[in-house]
Amino acid sequence: MANGRVVPIEQARRSEKPRCAARTADGRPCKNLADESGYCRRHRPVIREVEAPTAFQQWLADSLAFARRRATGDYPIDDFGFDRDLTENVLLPILQPLFDRWFRVDQIGIENIPSAGAALLVSNHSGTVPVDSLMMKYGVYEATGRHVRLLGADLVFQMPVISELGRKSGSTLACTEDTTRLLRTGECVGVFPEGFKGVGKPFRERYKLQRFGRGGFVEVALRTQTPIIPVAIVGAEEIFPIIANLKPLARLLGFPYFPITPTFPLLGPLGAIPLPSKWLIEYGEPIHTDQMDPEAANDPMFVFNLTDQVRDAIQQTLYKNLMHRRSVFF
Amino acid sequence: MAGQRILITGISRFLGGRLAQRLEQDPDVSSIIGVDLEEPSVELTRTEFVRADIRNPLIVKVLQATEVDTVVHTAVIATPGSVGGRSQMKEINVIGTMQLFAACQKAESLRKVVMKSTTAVYGSEPIDPAIFSEDMSPHSQPKTGYAKDAVEVEHYARAFGRRRTDIGLTILRFANFIGPMIDTPLTRYFSLPVVPTALGFDPRMQFLHEQDAIEILYRATREDHPGTFNAAGDGAIYLSKAIRMAGKISVPVLVPLMGLVASAVRQTGLVDFASDQIKFLMYGRIGDVDRLKKQFGYTPQYTTEEAFKDFIAKRKLAKIFTHEQAAQWERDLYEFLARRGYDTVPEPEKV
Repeated sequence: MANGRVVPIEQARRSEKPRCAARTADGRPCKNLADESGYCRRHRPVIREVEAPTAFQQWLADSLAFARRRATGDYPIDDFGFDRDLTENVLLPILQPLFDRWFRVDQIGIENIPSAGAALLVSNHSGTVPVDSLMMKYGVYEATGRHVRLLGADLVFQMPVISELGRKSGSTLACTEDTTRLLRTGECVGVFPEGFKGVGKPFRERYKLQRFGRGGFVEVALRTQTPIIPVAIVGAEEIFPIIANLKPLARLLGFPYFPITPTFPLLGPLGAIPLPSKWLIEYGEPIHTDQMDPEAANDPMFVFNLTDQVRDAIQQTLYKNLMHRRSVFF
Repeated sequence: MAGQRILITGISRFLGGRLAQRLEQDPDVSSIIGVDLEEPSVELTRTEFVRADIRNPLIVKVLQATEVDTVVHTAVIATPGSVGGRSQMKEINVIGTMQLFAACQKAESLRKVVMKSTTAVYGSEPIDPAIFSEDMSPHSQPKTGYAKDAVEVEHYARAFGRRRTDIGLTILRFANFIGPMIDTPLTRYFSLPVVPTALGFDPRMQFLHEQDAIEILYRATREDHPGTFNAAGDGAIYLSKAIRMAGKISVPVLVPLMGLVASAVRQTGLVDFASDQIKFLMYGRIGDVDRLKKQFGYTPQYTTEEAFKDFIAKRKLAKIFTHEQAAQWERDLYEFLARRGYDTVPEPEKV
């Protein structure tokens, strides 16, 4: 005993036992022994059994809080205009039945998408109406919680409503500047290098990849040392099969194509309902550009070859998965 | 060593006047000369006011007589209504700047030129990148209004910079100003009882608080920062969000009718709303402020959202409802709905 004070064994034992945390009316600590609540029986606060909110109540509280945030402008956006609050609470939930029930999308290789850091998803594009990009966005979000920042064509950002929803869901214009900026900040970017050539191709050319733009996405991936993940989407080709393309009408309206499908425009608005094909999205092995020289982005031959490599990877996966498909709809 | 001798154009306007006030506090500034056609609107103590027209070649006499070493050109104006029409505005902006730089070229004592420009030089087009840094140029140059003026004015400035390489030239591309004091078409736009917007479009915008604007101009004047800089608060804001934050109601207008609405609003005299702003209300514009923060060394005190909050708080805009009311309604509505069929009412999420 360093300070020479002798503590009686009995007292030491008593002080080890927890005492009530409350104070008595004259302000001194309560000396009664405490039970598991940290108080004695006399001072134990009355705990009313609060029922956990029911699912309905939780939903109601969340919805009202969301409505208030929207009404008072209390939500953040990033410089590109990505509105996470709206995307997670409204836009993505709308896609859910389409993903789960209508197209019954299966996903393979989701583990190839890194849980953090930049990645460039390169996918085939088809389906007359680019629903495939939305399904990919939903699929990645559902499996990993990450938001794919889709790159869209000029036309997307010229159209009213579509442009607004595009920006708010995190999309931006497919251009080198924006892609570089997104990848440098560690975002997961989704690109469809076939563009309208892919979406608007006739049904007889289904699952044949079109030309991959000018390979700009490969240059950016090289410069930013971002892994390229080839994505093959099977099923989207059959949702609106294009039998014919009315080019003069398309030119007149300023569209890249004017599709004639078995149901459109024959059945009018009913033609806008996609056929319920069964989908399979496969995320392939990443192509690691960080082991390549960033300067190679200035070598057109190297860029062409790498573009072809990505294109080939997607094409082969498409063929492989088509082989194993039992039917278009099941 | 004698202190800095500074000439400010556009002294009667907000930025010029406030900058002069700020410089007057600085003992290292030996003289401030304010040039404009109208009297300064703010109280100035030691600034010498020279009533002169920068469009007149006589401006070279002012430069030579005062022997200034710094010229701050803020007399590039954005509102045609304030000077009596678009042609007048163009005259002041373009011809005025031309004359001023011609005079600057002759001024031997001159060491530094600071010019106020705007991010409007990037235009507002859907086919352009979402975020502009200083060395990017838009797909097509703006062809009308203030933005076109700004592009031409910058062009003269750069040409001048090439001819007089001994002069440090700073071009500041300001985003839209906002704040409790400043009066711009945009601040008036947000003060409208109902705010017209473009149907189906929601532009991203970026604001710079007036205090930050003055501070940036001041630093560019006192320190040496040659180059071109975007100047804006951090972050972006959607027009829809800004309108909601201000507690206003937006009225979406079909895009083909926007011109009509713009001129109707102009007629009422509430907002000097130039038709070339319609693109801005559709596609918006964001500048990258990285260079301002790293190279210029100044991070605006207010983010875009904070600047806007400061504006709505101090202007006391007539709100349809306040945040507190909204939170109260949320609680009331929750209790009302949750009680139907359920007896226990847990506390809703704390707001």
